[in-house]
Formats: sequence, structure tokens, C-alpha cells
Amino acid sequence: MSIFVDENTKVIVQGITGSQGKFHGLRNKAYGTKVVGGVTPGKGGTDVEGVPVFDSVQDAVAATGATASFIVVPPRFAPEAILEAAAAGIGFIVCITEYIPAKDEAMVFNVLRRNYPGTRLLGPNCPGILSPGKCNIGITSGDIALAGGPVGIVSRSGTLTYQALNELSLKGVGQTTCVGIGGDPVPGTTFIDCLAAFEQDPETKAVLMFGEIGGSDEEKAAAFIKENVTKPVVTYIAGVTAPPGKKMGHAGAIVSGGMGTAQAKMEALAEAGVHVARNPTEAGEIMVDIVKGL
Amino acid sequence: MDLFEYQGKQYFARYDIPTSPGGVADSVGEAIEQAKAAGFPAVVKAQVQVGGRGKAGGIRLVNNEQEAKEAAEFILGLDIKGHVVKRLWIEHASDIKKEYYASFTLDRNAKLHLAMVSAKGGVDIEEVAVTDPEAIKRLHINPIDGISYDQALELAKSAGIDQEALEGVADVLVKLYECYTLGDADLAEINPLILTPQGKVHALDAKVTLDDAAAFRHPEWEAFRGVSELDGRERLAKEKHLNYIGLDGSVGIIANGAGLAMSTLDVVNQVGGTAANFLDLGGGAGADVMSAALEVINTDDRVEVVLVNIFGGITRCDEVAKGIVDALSSVEMRSPIVIRLDGTNADEGRKILADADLRGVIIEKTMIGAAKRAVEIVDEGASK
Repeated sequence: MSIFVDENTKVIVQGITGSQGKFHGLRNKAYGTKVVGGVTPGKGGTDVEGVPVFDSVQDAVAATGATASFIVVPPRFAPEAILEAAAAGIGFIVCITEYIPAKDEAMVFNVLRRNYPGTRLLGPNCPGILSPGKCNIGITSGDIALAGGPVGIVSRSGTLTYQALNELSLKGVGQTTCVGIGGDPVPGTTFIDCLAAFEQDPETKAVLMFGEIGGSDEEKAAAFIKENVTKPVVTYIAGVTAPPGKKMGHAGAIVSGGMGTAQAKMEALAEAGVHVARNPTEAGEIMVDIVKGL
Repeated sequence: MDLFEYQGKQYFARYDIPTSPGGVADSVGEAIEQAKAAGFPAVVKAQVQVGGRGKAGGIRLVNNEQEAKEAAEFILGLDIKGHVVKRLWIEHASDIKKEYYASFTLDRNAKLHLAMVSAKGGVDIEEVAVTDPEAIKRLHINPIDGISYDQALELAKSAGIDQEALEGVADVLVKLYECYTLGDADLAEINPLILTPQGKVHALDAKVTLDDAAAFRHPEWEAFRGVSELDGRERLAKEKHLNYIGLDGSVGIIANGAGLAMSTLDVVNQVGGTAANFLDLGGGAGADVMSAALEVINTDDRVEVVLVNIFGGITRCDEVAKGIVDALSSVEMRSPIVIRLDGTNADEGRKILADADLRGVIIEKTMIGAAKRAVEIVDEGASK
């Protein structure tokens, strides 16, 4: 099984007529994802290489029965696009948009939490979700993934998500689902959401978790793992050598005081019984050994 | 973007937050004029983006022109924790009866905005946070609801703000929240927020960090640019729209994605090397971006080897390879380049590099292999 998405997930692409939306939407479709439509206001009735375009998410849902949305629109339009999808009844929203102002992110998160508790947002500023052989929503290259499990992957960084997939696939270890949660300050989906879902998923036997400096989500994940996760977890935290107080790209990756350092996160995770690797390759090797021993 | 105190005060003024009148000075002559304009006694304050400037001698009270001259001569050029003072802010000295603290920031844990208020403001607020955490009162604010004047008043009361200052502090809190939200600040902080003997409440300092992602709706931020504290390498990188942070080591690093770039620093460190920089090309980087990155790294004379670590997602490795070939036809690299390409179109990328037969370019298959090779090159150079 997979988490959050499966082979029956019907996806619409908000922003499908833009260059990125078209490229990645069609790439997801070519991978086998059920991409049933797209949304661009004012372009309803047209199509993008056979994928019908609608004026609104509501129209798209009514016509296609879509349950998930892939949002590929510029930062100033993304908050509204997310809320439009939620209002139209979409249950799973993937937003890859980078550079959404923090105030807008906080607002969207709280509107979803208060008014649409059943809707899950993945991102923003994330690579998306990939369940090998079933569904790929986002910008991850499907050919670096390997179907059949038994490993679930969750990662904050986009490129490290690819690195994680690659490390396992090269060694013949498949994945159930790979989730990139993004590194922004207010992510819709957290490590804990993914860990809880992987724990429930019978096909996932172990979890590979890639974190990074900043925030306290890894520390919270450590506490959650200690209490609730019975499956083996392997982790790597990027940014051990990052100088304190410097902002390294992700708005979320800000180290302040002693909080959020790679060291603090690694200690919390090790204390929770997680296998802590020093680099992505080592994490892959540890995971391969664990899978062999299952 | 971190604002200097004087910029923060200018920003506060847009939201009607009271501050002392004053002006900036870049020379001793200007400082004297500004002090006269503000009226004696005046305060001469170093404009640096680092804490502890008062303790370092960067803030002086002056009573006449001669003292203003001496203070400006002393503070301009002063090195405060590696930050050299180039600009002063001079304002009329305020009579201080009490010093408070007020700030707004995002609590990433609760995913809500967080107000913090204390009656124990001043230079030691961080110590207060450790020794007497109860003295700092916190209030979570849901962005949907915002903060009302009554809530602000309650918060001020609970923090032990003096009776005569309560209304003034509540008023400042409501305005500071507007500055923080409408002004798209990641942090809006006043320390100290003072009460004068005349019963007025106003901001004696301003610490504002703007959210760069919101720049599209703030044309007024343009005025704050161009005076930031970037070093030469960082300024060039910014012109090229690269996400770059200068460090002190010898391995120049170029990677795509912040996570992979951080991880590359980690791996270089683990195999015995030190990074000269953090450089994230961003997603979808093409040939022109790669070329700009190599140019920036090449200006850093600490760099003895360049390590390029690319995992293609949106970024296509053939584009990256073309960028390297292009760059090397126009830029004479001072150091060898070790390249690891993986992901989207990696085979095509490696073929482009191999066909170009470039001198001083080494291709490695894995991230660790590439880091080891880079560090070997540094070590070989050191042993010569």
C-alpha cells in the first residue's frame, strides 16, 4: 500500500497552461498518474495535450471527480489556489510553489485547520509525493524510484529526497511512498503526519527520514517515534557544518540559539532509538542492512 | 533582509509607531550637524547588524558639539564583532523612566503568530528569558483573528507593565502587529520600548527582519537595498541571483537545492575538508546560472578546488554540463573542478563533459567519492 495517494487518485493540475505546470503535469501523467484535468481561469474548454482545462477547481471536480490537486502557480496566486481547491472539496493538495510569503503561508495553514480539517496540504515549496508504480504528483523524476516497498521515505529537502530515492533504488531496495514535505516555516504536512501514516501502512516496513537544521519538527518527530512508531527509522540531518545564524536557502532553516541545530536534532532522534547516519549514503547503507534483516 | 536600526525606525514610522526624531550620518561632519538638529543631549549610535554594540562602545551620549565630534570619530570605523561601523544614527536623548520589551514573530511550533511582552526590557532581555522566563509574557495570535486592542491591553497588564504606560504599550502592540503582518516582517522587535517621565511610550530601538519572499508587494523596500552588510563575494552572488554564503574553507561548493548544498558541506567536512562557501543554484538552474556560479567562486582566492554536486530534478544535468563548458570557455578557472552529476539527463551531461575534454575537470560518480577527490586535491596542493 501507499500513503496519501494510490493508483486510483485522480489529480487535477492548477496552473496546467503555464510552462512548469504543463511540463510536470504531463510528466506525472506519462508516469501513469491519473491526471484528469487542469485549471486555469479563463481557459476553460481548451485542453493541454488531451487533458481538459477548466475555469475553476469546482468545475474540474464536478466534471472529473478529482480528489487531489497539484498546484503549480506563482507565489502571489498560490495561497488563493490552495484555498480554492479546499473549498471545492479536494482532499489532498500538493503545492510546489517556492517563495510564498510566510504571512500567507501561516494564514492558509490556519484557514485549512479551522475550516477544512479534512483537507491535507503537502508543501508549499516541496517536491511532491511519489508512490512508485502508482502515482506521482510533483517534480520528482519517477525513474529514480523503485516500486514494491518496503521503505517509506519522508524528507524536508527536495534534492535530498531524490538523493534518498537514489541511494535505495541503486541497491535494489524499493519504496512504498516517498513524501517531500518541504522546508518552509509553515508546512502543511509534517514528519509526524507521515510517520503516523507509514506506521499504519502494512506494506511499509521501515522509514527513511531526511531532516535539516532549523525549526523543531525533527525533535517533535523524535518524541513521536519514541511513543508511537514500532518500525525501524533511519535518519540523516543536513546542516551539521552550517554556521549558526546563517540562513541557508530554506526560509525554515534558521538556527537560533541552541534550538534547531543538527546536533540537537540528531541527539533527540538517537535517544528515540532512531538510526542516525552522518550523510545520505550512510543512511542508505544502514537502511539496506535493515531491509535485508527483515 | 535584516534592517539597520535607522531603517527599522523608518519602517516603524510607516505604521505610526512612535520613535525619537533623528538622522543618519556617514562622516564626523554629518554627525555634528545631525546632533545639532536633534538637539542636545543626543545619542550617537553605531549602525551594525549585530547585538552588543552598547557594550562594545558603539553607543554614546553627547552633550555638545565637541562631544558629538569625539563620539563620531571613535565610533565610525569601530570593529564590533567583525562588523565595521560605516554609518551612525543620531537622535535626541530620551529621558527614560522604564524600559520594556515587545516583539512579534512566527511560532513555527504552534504555526501561529507570537507576541512577547516584558516589563524587564533593556540590554539583558536574553538573560531574562533564561533566568526569569515568567517575566516574558506570551500570546499566540491566529492570523485569521489578529490581535485586538483589548487583548493587547490584557497582555500588557499580565506582563506587569506600569499602570500609566498600559494604554501606550497596548497601542504600540497593535501597531507593531500591523507592521509585522502588513509589513511582511519575519521579526518586529522593540527593545527597549520606553516610558518617559512625561508618560509617553516610544521605541528606543528597532529590530526588523523583512521576509524577502514578500518583496513583490513592497516596492518601498527598494530604499533599504544596497546598504546591506554583504561582503564582496556575497554581493556579486546576489547580482547573479545565487543563494550564496561565504565561509572560510578551501573547497568551493556548488549544488542544486539548499538541502543538497548543506549535505555537501557536511560530507566535505567528514572527509577532512573545509567549505569555502555555501552556494545553492536553486531549482531549474540552466547553463547561464552555472556559469555565474563558477564566476563567483573563482573570485574567492581561498578556493583551492571547486566541488559541483548536482542531483537533477527540475534541473537537467545536460544543461549544467553545458554551463560548465560555456563558463570554462570564458572564465579561466584558478582551481580544478570535481563534478558529480546524477538524476535527470545525467548520462547526457557526463557525455557533454567527456566530449569537451576539459583540462582540470574531474568527474566522479558519487557524492562521497567527489568530496574525497576534492579534499585530496587540496591536500596535494598543501604538501607541495
